[in-house]
Amino acid sequence: MKKFTTFTGIAAPVPAINMNTDKIIPARFLKTIKRSGLGVSLFKDLRFDPDGSEKPDFVLNQAPFRDAAILLVGENFGCGSSREHAPWALLDFGIRCVIGPSFADIFYNNAFKNGLLLITLPQAEVDALMEDAGRGANARLTVDLENQRITRAGGAAIAFEIDPFRRHCLLNGLDDIGLTLAKADKIDAYEARQRVARPWLYG
Amino acid sequence: MPEPRTLFDKIWESHLVDERDDGVCLLYIDRHLVHEVTSPQAFDGLRAAGRKVRRPEAALAVADHNVPTTDRAKGIEEPESRLQVETLEKNCAEFGIRLFSMNDARQGIVHIIGPEQGLTQPGMTIVCGDSHTATHGAFGALAIGIGTSEVEHVLATQTLIQKRSRNMRINVVGAPAFGVAAKDLILAIIGRIGAAGGAGYVIEYAGPAVRALSMEGRMTMCNMSIEAGARAGLIAPDETTFEYVKGRPLAPEGEAWEKAVADWRTLPGDPGARYDTEVTLDAAEIAPQVTWGTSPEDVLPITGRVPDPADEADEGRRRAMERSLDYMGLAPGTPLREIKIDQVFIGSCTNARIEDLREAARVAKGRAVAAHVGAMVVPGSGLVKRQAEDEGLDAVFTDAGFEWREPGCSMCLAMNPDKLAPGERCASTSNRNFEGRQGPGGRTHLMSPAMAAAAAIAGRLADVRELV
Repeated sequence: MKKFTTFTGIAAPVPAINMNTDKIIPARFLKTIKRSGLGVSLFKDLRFDPDGSEKPDFVLNQAPFRDAAILLVGENFGCGSSREHAPWALLDFGIRCVIGPSFADIFYNNAFKNGLLLITLPQAEVDALMEDAGRGANARLTVDLENQRITRAGGAAIAFEIDPFRRHCLLNGLDDIGLTLAKADKIDAYEARQRVARPWLYG
Repeated sequence: MPEPRTLFDKIWESHLVDERDDGVCLLYIDRHLVHEVTSPQAFDGLRAAGRKVRRPEAALAVADHNVPTTDRAKGIEEPESRLQVETLEKNCAEFGIRLFSMNDARQGIVHIIGPEQGLTQPGMTIVCGDSHTATHGAFGALAIGIGTSEVEHVLATQTLIQKRSRNMRINVVGAPAFGVAAKDLILAIIGRIGAAGGAGYVIEYAGPAVRALSMEGRMTMCNMSIEAGARAGLIAPDETTFEYVKGRPLAPEGEAWEKAVADWRTLPGDPGARYDTEVTLDAAEIAPQVTWGTSPEDVLPITGRVPDPADEADEGRRRAMERSLDYMGLAPGTPLREIKIDQVFIGSCTNARIEDLREAARVAKGRAVAAHVGAMVVPGSGLVKRQAEDEGLDAVFTDAGFEWREPGCSMCLAMNPDKLAPGERCASTSNRNFEGRQGPGGRTHLMSPAMAAAAAIAGRLADVRELV
């Protein structure tokens, strides 16, 4: 996984609540056997008409948000299906960080496994950032994971909380599986105990 | 005396491999269900890193999302769907994982075949790269839906990195009235707590109305836990559970069975166990439910009317309602029973088990699907299909004008050829009424199998209590 470092980018507001992963990437685009190339299908039915033409009122079809690297979202973002294609599509489009008041559980896990940073902030602070975003290209945010700080265009900073383990993994680009395999002896020991205590699980 | 523990606490603690000071845990996973959509990239990851599957015998794979529900002799026509199914077959052969192929009688929706085969057992941890994995919680198993990176992690390590969820108990007291099914109970619960109401929790469903449910009904309830945002749903195992599991192909036998049941009897929560949140509903007050919007929380009794966004004080919710009603093509104040439908889908991991088909057939028997309505029944597995045919349910459906299909996920998420045309309105027994879920521009109303059958006959959303 790529290391997450400080970056500055344009933030696009997508304020709808309960934005489900079917909207982030509809099921008909899940037929791929690869992780790459899903950005064209991101928010497909919100971004494009059935004939393939852009819907001009959708934020990512408007300058400067076409180049957004950050999304500002409503509560329960990423609910519904467990499809990891949702963070893959966001990353492939160029989104590196999503900021909102709450995220759905599976989406939250999936995002961090791929180096997509999710930041949870109180609704009032998200609202303030959305107001900033109204200023378009001037509304760049700087996201500093190391210092857990978002810096607004005017220079004001917002601190954020994040799970220390996830932060550590993101900053260092660590592979979860590698970390777990380092504990293989503990897994072996667990299985050995269970084979005695609950043998029907190993029949 | 030890602290009283919940069912979730017990399963969690008995599966801890490692716990760090910051609360990050390594949880052992007993069983892993695999399907074609969320696994190819996980197997690729294993190959790229030169890793093996730690316990291939703990996994079971099946293709369900992409498979056609019509004649399968021709195979899968669409190249991308075919490639995904073939990729699953190749990966399972390479890594030594048992697979039910498309033409196996045991093939079906992953969350239907797990319990059907006896793979799903009380006290287990079970994962699948699918959010409806919560279904298996009906057996008192901790069943978690995961993403593809986690699928790869479980394949490689047989563990999952997790933080402990909080405990929520939802008590359904009283007895449901005539015409009210498990689907109505869970829809009413989601309506009450909201699409994010379960976030951060594992929900245990309890109370006399839950106890009285069959395993099929319990699976329907647990299945939709994710629609309330919960990590998992659980129901304490009891005699109903043991009776269902006993004798299934993957269930323990003889002495192992006795030992397992003795263990399973210790699983229910201890008296005085603490839940972080408790919610109580009276089943007797729940009428048959239908959704009107594009989130499962947008649900009302069939006797209700389409709500008016003007009555919603919260701006975010008002906007969401306006957008939903616009997408659904509905005007505020319209009686739900006057909403005309085009299609009916009876199927999905929520409602495609034998009991669901019996309930729908009871309504359909001797009646006819409205002339303007297309209706299909998609059994959850080849074995459900066979049993339904043995009971004559297929004839009941086809005589009434329903199509009788081969098993799969089908029009629940429209990855195969079964989908709504733009603007079409569907009475569906599936689990999600999201925009475009059953096909781009399609409009979904969620309900129970009996209610969907009633809608097929009436040609509009209908109150099943007026038909049976």
